[in-house]
Amino acid sequence: MTAPIRTAPSVFALSVRGATKRFGAVVALDGVDLHARRGEVVALLGDNGAGKSTLIKCITGVLRLDAGTVEMDGRPVDAGSPAAARALGIETVYQDLALFDNLDPAANFYAGREMTVPRWLPRGLRLVRRRAMAQATENVLRRLAVGVPDLGAAVGLMSGGQRQAIAVARAAAFATNVVILDEPTAALGVRESRHVLDLILRLRTEGVAVIVVSHAMDHVMEIADRAVVMRRGRTVGELVPRPENREQIVSLIVGGAG
Amino acid sequence: MASDAAERDAPSGAPAVSRGPGSPSRRRDRALPRVGLRALRVGPGLMLLIVVLAAAALSPVFLTTRNLGNVLSQTAVIAILALAQLLVIVTRGIDLSVGSTLALAAVVGALVFESVPSGAGAILAMLATGTAVGLVNGAVLVWGRLPHPFIMTLAMLSIARGLALWLSGGQPISGMPEVVQTVGGGTIGWLPYSAFLVAGLALVTLLLTRSMVWGRWIFAVGGNPDAARRAAIPVNAVLISVYVLSGLAAGIAAIVNAGRLNGGSPTFGELAELDAIAAVVIGGASFHGGRGHVGNALVGALMIGVIRNAMNLLDVNAFLQPIVIGIVIVIAVELDVVRERLEERLRVLQAARS
Repeated sequence: MTAPIRTAPSVFALSVRGATKRFGAVVALDGVDLHARRGEVVALLGDNGAGKSTLIKCITGVLRLDAGTVEMDGRPVDAGSPAAARALGIETVYQDLALFDNLDPAANFYAGREMTVPRWLPRGLRLVRRRAMAQATENVLRRLAVGVPDLGAAVGLMSGGQRQAIAVARAAAFATNVVILDEPTAALGVRESRHVLDLILRLRTEGVAVIVVSHAMDHVMEIADRAVVMRRGRTVGELVPRPENREQIVSLIVGGAG
Repeated sequence: MASDAAERDAPSGAPAVSRGPGSPSRRRDRALPRVGLRALRVGPGLMLLIVVLAAAALSPVFLTTRNLGNVLSQTAVIAILALAQLLVIVTRGIDLSVGSTLALAAVVGALVFESVPSGAGAILAMLATGTAVGLVNGAVLVWGRLPHPFIMTLAMLSIARGLALWLSGGQPISGMPEVVQTVGGGTIGWLPYSAFLVAGLALVTLLLTRSMVWGRWIFAVGGNPDAARRAAIPVNAVLISVYVLSGLAAGIAAIVNAGRLNGGSPTFGELAELDAIAAVVIGGASFHGGRGHVGNALVGALMIGVIRNAMNLLDVNAFLQPIVIGIVIVIAVELDVVRERLEERLRVLQAARS
């Protein structure tokens, strides 16, 4: 893994400006701005249909923006495909986790980007460096304090919280710029959520920008340095979540008088 | 796959029962499914051992080298088809066309040998025919967006058999080059050449699945196709490749079959696809994809061969054979179901512990 690159905090690791996306007559994104610094957890809030998922998909190369720019460290980039986004150092933890239940943690980490020899062969025909991948995976899991009972066991044998933690750790291992988490605690119980929230807080020290999409207000209050609220495809508010302004955030989300 | 933790838990679980209050029963709860899992994972090998021991006990002829050579020779075709069928099934697919493809390849090989009396020509013709059929299977499946490989390969089962009958005029064509006859029917000592061929192919398949990137992609695609796409794994190419390999295996099996019988016939390989699928299923591969082992697929093929051979030796009514094979399939898959339930239980226990 490359060492995290630390830049001046004034430069945003990720900057989305004027993002616009239409599906036919429906305007899903209408000039949205979103900025995230390294070492910062930004919560992306909004009710269903507010445009959060569309925005995330545009950042991760699943969809293309109709208008607007995406900049990383101040330079405009074009993530035209999920693979391109990965190459730019953007990693996503999808709600369905996108884990391979039949494979062990190391194979999950390196699926599609295996450590291989020899280099002169076409990629598919190369041999995998199983031990090196297992070692690197173990190091990442230890650094992030993710407890896995058995590193040789298939991920499908693990609990929901452990699976979530492995998906997050996988993103952290390869992200050099941005980690995006889509509803990371939605499927988890109280104790398991606790572990994953702690893990997200630890991501901050990895030197990446963390964007969390979540409906769980308590979790947002706890981990987010900043909250960006979307409604009907626009950014309608940006504030530091505190217990005092919880009501304000909720009313921004639902579009009440507040 | 067998975990270190299971090895540690298994011996310590039993004495813990008498050691003290509280934890012991929980420890045993945890150890039991793990020990059970380990037993089930070696299950197919254990079943084969039992079948072999039973055959040896019941028939004095079974363990003679001549008979064992026979078993290996008769099992070669199923084993070759099963190795490739395993890869297909790991991707959540199925290839029903291999028996017909075998017949088509053998007929094409015999026709080529009739016009050009060269060993290499006949062999290449059979391999190329199988590969071409596999390529069509994979390409139409992926780009034609057929809902399930069952449909494409079922259609190909019919098409390839029809082509074989048409090309041959429905008659067997006799004559195969020396080299093909040797591969199919020759022996080194009491060991048939085809057994060495099977062993070699098994080693190649093992290397592919365990050590090569492409093989890992096959398992990733079977485990979670959507995640594989998002991980930039070339899912379509992987899918096509397993059907091409399955077709190629049918071509190789055609060489063995045609060599043993010194000719090509449109009736070769009837129901061979079902034998191959049965071998893979007995070997514990899951139709849900992502799971299967080369050694176990071979064990499955051998199990079918040994059961048939033993029942012949024991003069059991021939009509009983398919019934017994059917029962073995059910037992093997039942073990697979039990294993999945045990794994589910392990997961619950781990969630409770974390």
